[in-house]
Amino acid sequence: MKTQTVYKPTEGLVKRDLTYCPGCTHGIIHKLVAEVLEEKGLLDTTVGVASVGCSVMSYEFFNCDMQQAAHGRAPAVATGIKRVRPEATVFTYQGDGDLASIGMAEIVHAAHRSENMTVIFVNNAIYGMTGGQMAPTTLIDQKTTTSPMGRKQKDTGLPLRMSELLATVPGATYLERVSVHDPKHVRKAKKAIEKAFDVQTNKQGFSMVEFVSTCPVNWGINPTDSIKWAVDHLIPYYPLGVYKDATKEDTNES
Amino acid sequence: MAKVLMKGNEAMALAAIKGGCDAFFGYPITPQNEIPEYLSYHMVNEGRVFVQAESEVAAINMVYGAAGAGARVLTSSSSPGIALKQEGISYLAGSELPCVIISVMRGGPGLGGIQPSQGDYNQITRGGGNGDYHLLAFAPESLQETVDIVKQAFDLADYYRNPVIIAVDGLIGQMMEPVDIDKEVPKMKLDPKNWAAEGKSGERGSRNTIVSLHLDPYDLEKHNLKLKKKYDEMIQKEQRYEMINMENAEVAIVAYGTVARIARSAIETLKEEGINVGILRPLSIWPFPRKAFNELPESVHSLLTVEMSLGQMNQDVHLADKCRHNIEFYGRAGGVVPEPQEIVDAVKKIVRGRN
Repeated sequence: MKTQTVYKPTEGLVKRDLTYCPGCTHGIIHKLVAEVLEEKGLLDTTVGVASVGCSVMSYEFFNCDMQQAAHGRAPAVATGIKRVRPEATVFTYQGDGDLASIGMAEIVHAAHRSENMTVIFVNNAIYGMTGGQMAPTTLIDQKTTTSPMGRKQKDTGLPLRMSELLATVPGATYLERVSVHDPKHVRKAKKAIEKAFDVQTNKQGFSMVEFVSTCPVNWGINPTDSIKWAVDHLIPYYPLGVYKDATKEDTNES
Repeated sequence: MAKVLMKGNEAMALAAIKGGCDAFFGYPITPQNEIPEYLSYHMVNEGRVFVQAESEVAAINMVYGAAGAGARVLTSSSSPGIALKQEGISYLAGSELPCVIISVMRGGPGLGGIQPSQGDYNQITRGGGNGDYHLLAFAPESLQETVDIVKQAFDLADYYRNPVIIAVDGLIGQMMEPVDIDKEVPKMKLDPKNWAAEGKSGERGSRNTIVSLHLDPYDLEKHNLKLKKKYDEMIQKEQRYEMINMENAEVAIVAYGTVARIARSAIETLKEEGINVGILRPLSIWPFPRKAFNELPESVHSLLTVEMSLGQMNQDVHLADKCRHNIEFYGRAGGVVPEPQEIVDAVKKIVRGRN
C-alpha cells in the first residue's frame, strides 16, 4: 500500500514538549509562526526575541536563533538586532502584560520608527506566568488575583486595545487581530502571519499580529469553556480584523 | 599622527569609531550630548548604525540585541541615564554580551545637577542592576588616556564577553585638549563570535540562544561561578594604575580622573614647600588596583583620598590598604570641582597633625 504524508510536525519547532498549560493557545500560535517561517524558507536566517511571561521559554521552542529580552523590552532588543543584521528576519513574541503594560514605550516607538520587524502579540487579558494578575487588557468585571472583585473602570481604566492604538502610529505598516478558537480562524491567523512576515521581507516596516488567546488556569475555567469565553467576551471587545495595511501606500525608503 | 584639539565628548565618539564600533544606541542627556550628536553624523557617514532611542531603557536593550547579534556596540549617558540602564546592564552581563558604555558623570542624587562629579563611583563599581556581576570599569584622567581606553574597550569587552564602562566626569567630557586619535593601542587576539544569535543558524548548522534565564538553581549557580572565573581573570589582569612622585613621599594622595589632574598641580605646590607627596592614581576602578597599595614606599605614613564625592572610592581605599596607613579624606560634592589649594591644605593638615 502506498503511504502518503498528509501532516508532519514543523521543522520550525524544536522537538521537545512545550511548557504551556492545557487549553492555552500558545501551542497553536507557536506552531503557526514556526510553519510560516519554515514554509517561507526563513528559519535559517531568523532571530526571534522571547519576552517575559509564559512565553519566556519560547527561545527553547523556536528552531532558529533566539534572544531572550527583559520584560517589555523585546521590541528594543529586536531593533538592535535588525539594525545591525538587516538581512535577518526578526520577530518578537510577546504577551499582553509584556507588550501593553511594561513594554508600552518600546512597542509604540518600534512602530513609530517603522522598524522592519514582525511582532507576534498574544493577548489573553491576564498575567499568566505570575499567577493571574490584572493586565491593562483585562476586561471590566473580570476577576483576577489583583482585581478579586472584578476590574472596575474607576481606578484601573478601561482595557487597552493595542491594535487600535498602534493603528494611530504613522510608522505602523500592517496590523491585524486574529483568533485561533476554531480551525477556520486558525487558517485565517496563519494567513495574517504570512502577510506580516511578507511585509518584513519586502522591507515595508513594522508589522504586528495580535492573537486573542486563552488562559484556562488563571481564568479558572476549563479549556473548552475558555474558548467559549474568549469568543463571547474577548472578541466582542477586541474585534478581529485588519487595523492597518499601509503596504500599498509604501512610503519607506528601504 | 599629529595631535588635534578636540572636545572630550567628540574625541570619545571618534575613538569609538576608530575602535571598530558598529552601532550606537543612546538618548540625550547633559553633559554627554556631543557624543550622540557627533555619531549621528559620522556613524551614518561611515555606513554604520546610529539610533536615537526613545529612552535610556530602550537604548541599553537595543545594545543587548545588537551585541547579541555579534556587533560591536556603544552607548553613552550620564548619571541618571546610567541609573536607568542598570537593568539592561545586568542582562548584558548575565547573558555574557560585550558592549562599551560611556558614563559622563554629573552631580546627584536624583536629577542633581549638570556639573562634573564622581558621585557615581558606587553605581559603576557596585552596579545598580540585580545579581552577582561586575563591569570592567576605567576612569581616565586626560583626553589622550580616554581616547586610548575607549579604543581598547571594544577588544576588552569582546575578550571577556562583558560590558566595559568608561567613567569620566563632566569636565573630561566638556574640556578641549590636544589628542592623538590614531595613537597605537594594544590589540587583543579575539575568537570569532560563534555564540552570536544573528540569524545564521543555517550557515552554522545549529541554533544559538542568548539568555540570562537559568531556572534550575544549580544551573544558575554554575553560571554564576563561570562568570566569577572571568571576574577573577579581570582582577588578575586588569588592575591598572599609575604611581606618581612616590619616591620618598610621606603622604600618598589617592585620586582618579579629573581629581588626579588637580592633585598633580597640588603636589607641585607642596614640593615647593618641602612636602613630598605622591599620587596613587587608579585607572581601573573595577577591578580596584589593590596591588598598587603593596607598592607604596615605607616613607608614606598617610593616605589622602580625594574625590568629587563624599567618599565612595574611599571605602575601596580602606579595603585595599588593610589598615597599613592613616587614611584621611577630602571631597567636594554636587558638581563642585576642588581647587589645587584645597588639596594642598588637606595634605598640610595631615603633616601638621603628625609634627
